[in-house]
Amino acid sequence: MNAKRKDLLATIIIDVIVATVVGILAFLLAYILISGLPHVSWLFLTGSADSFSGAGGIGIQLFNSFYLLILTMLISIPISLGAGIYLAEYAKDNWRTRLIRSAIEVLSSLPSVVVGLFGFLLFVVKFKIGFSVISGAIALTFFNLPLLTRNIEESLSAVSRSQREAGLSLGLSKWKTEIGIILPVALPGIVTGIVLSAGRVFGEAAVLIYTAGQSAPVTNFSDWNPMDAASPLNPFRPAETLAVHIWKVNTEGLATNAAQLSAAASAVLIIAVLLFNLFARVLGNYLYRRVTASK
Amino acid sequence: MLKNYSFEKTAVQTFDEHTTLAMKTENMQVFYGSNHAMHDASLAFPKNQITALIGASGSGKSTYLRSLNRMNDTIATVTGKIWYHGVDINQPNVNIYEIRRHIGMVFQRPNPFAKSIRENIIYALRATGVKNKKVLDERVEQSLQGAALWDEVKDSLDKSALALSGGQQQRLCIARSLAMSPDVLLLDEPCSALDPISTVKVEETLLELQKKYTIIIVTHNMQQAARISSQCAFFHLGHVMEYSPTTTMFSTPQIQVTQDYVSGSFG
Repeated sequence: MNAKRKDLLATIIIDVIVATVVGILAFLLAYILISGLPHVSWLFLTGSADSFSGAGGIGIQLFNSFYLLILTMLISIPISLGAGIYLAEYAKDNWRTRLIRSAIEVLSSLPSVVVGLFGFLLFVVKFKIGFSVISGAIALTFFNLPLLTRNIEESLSAVSRSQREAGLSLGLSKWKTEIGIILPVALPGIVTGIVLSAGRVFGEAAVLIYTAGQSAPVTNFSDWNPMDAASPLNPFRPAETLAVHIWKVNTEGLATNAAQLSAAASAVLIIAVLLFNLFARVLGNYLYRRVTASK
Repeated sequence: MLKNYSFEKTAVQTFDEHTTLAMKTENMQVFYGSNHAMHDASLAFPKNQITALIGASGSGKSTYLRSLNRMNDTIATVTGKIWYHGVDINQPNVNIYEIRRHIGMVFQRPNPFAKSIRENIIYALRATGVKNKKVLDERVEQSLQGAALWDEVKDSLDKSALALSGGQQQRLCIARSLAMSPDVLLLDEPCSALDPISTVKVEETLLELQKKYTIIIVTHNMQQAARISSQCAFFHLGHVMEYSPTTTMFSTPQIQVTQDYVSGSFG
């Protein structure tokens, strides 16, 4: 076989592999959307669920998902930013840094159900916080930190060394160079990473089953005082999220239309995650153009 | 095969007390770990002149240059004395940030910040506490004029510096250093990534700048050294072999290795 034919063969094989992957993805998406979307209505998106009669919707679960996401991000972004900057710029290449790096890797490969059970034992049981938004948010932070830290470190390391030298040669301190020069250049990559991880967090169920709980108490959406027990913002109330709701309807749902309910909720979840991905791309590109001022 | 030249015989000029010096080094040595990269370099740089550092790759000329404003601090050990305004700036208690504002540096590849042209120039200035908009605007114009870039960019100061050509970017980097009002400018092969026309522009800029600044430039290009420098130092394998007026260096080099290098029969 000559080089030209070998190349052709290899190209065909690669094309087939790619087509298979894309095909599976397209099939999954189409299946979920086609079976779920017909059951999605405004009432379904805003109403509260009733697992017995099968009526109502996912309003509270949807709100819980977003609320948990925001709380998780509020906790995990500052921590991973600090850790990422440390690893990219300040950590010396020695055994301690290698230890930190492998610890992060181990943390990122922990099964999410283990993180969930750990959160359950520590926050829910030991600290007596109970099934709550805050327990869920902290457990999700454990789940989210390693990937976010990695992403921030890589975005920072990808910025050319010559930019750092330029900053230092002008008499700027290392910190000032880092914050004023390197971070803005790395920002598009960091923001893209944050939004993508938001998509993952949004769809996560196993961590939350044991920490944020599986019940969505009816909340009073006219009460926005986080201290009130019935307020949707109260971080100490149990909060079933959309992903947990899908799991629960499928395993314990008593309603006759449980299959339809979970299909519809799945469609909503998939759309939300797709929107996160799209948003990450648009925002990343926009920031990149803004930062480099290349219009 | 590289010929074996003796490091015993060197020809390094010194200056009498009538010459005003911008800075000088005494027995400067540089180590990268156990690698002895620079041996006993003692050079003096006359004020308001261009001094060129020439030599083959790996000769230690960039290492030497980067040690002058302590840019090698984190990667190498530098011993010996670096005199600047009567102070040995190779001391641990010296404020290196202050030093680097006095001894500016321009690098091999143009490295403007991913900011607007104006921001590139005033960012570091603002960090030192200059906030007055009028002062900053003045400094932008002065620095860009100093680097012969003002006429080309004065209408687009808010455009991205990354949209400039390579030669313009390099002159912007020079302007950025000038904005800190240094008195010594270190340039590490500033033209090696530029085309001949941009190179000529940068060289013209440097010749103009030596009236106000002392310039030390590392270059691979011997013609460039001959065109712009007054003094020339030849580095070989981490040793300063010869340091003399440029005309002497290129017409009557005093030792064999320099002779071979400038005539092109080196190695």
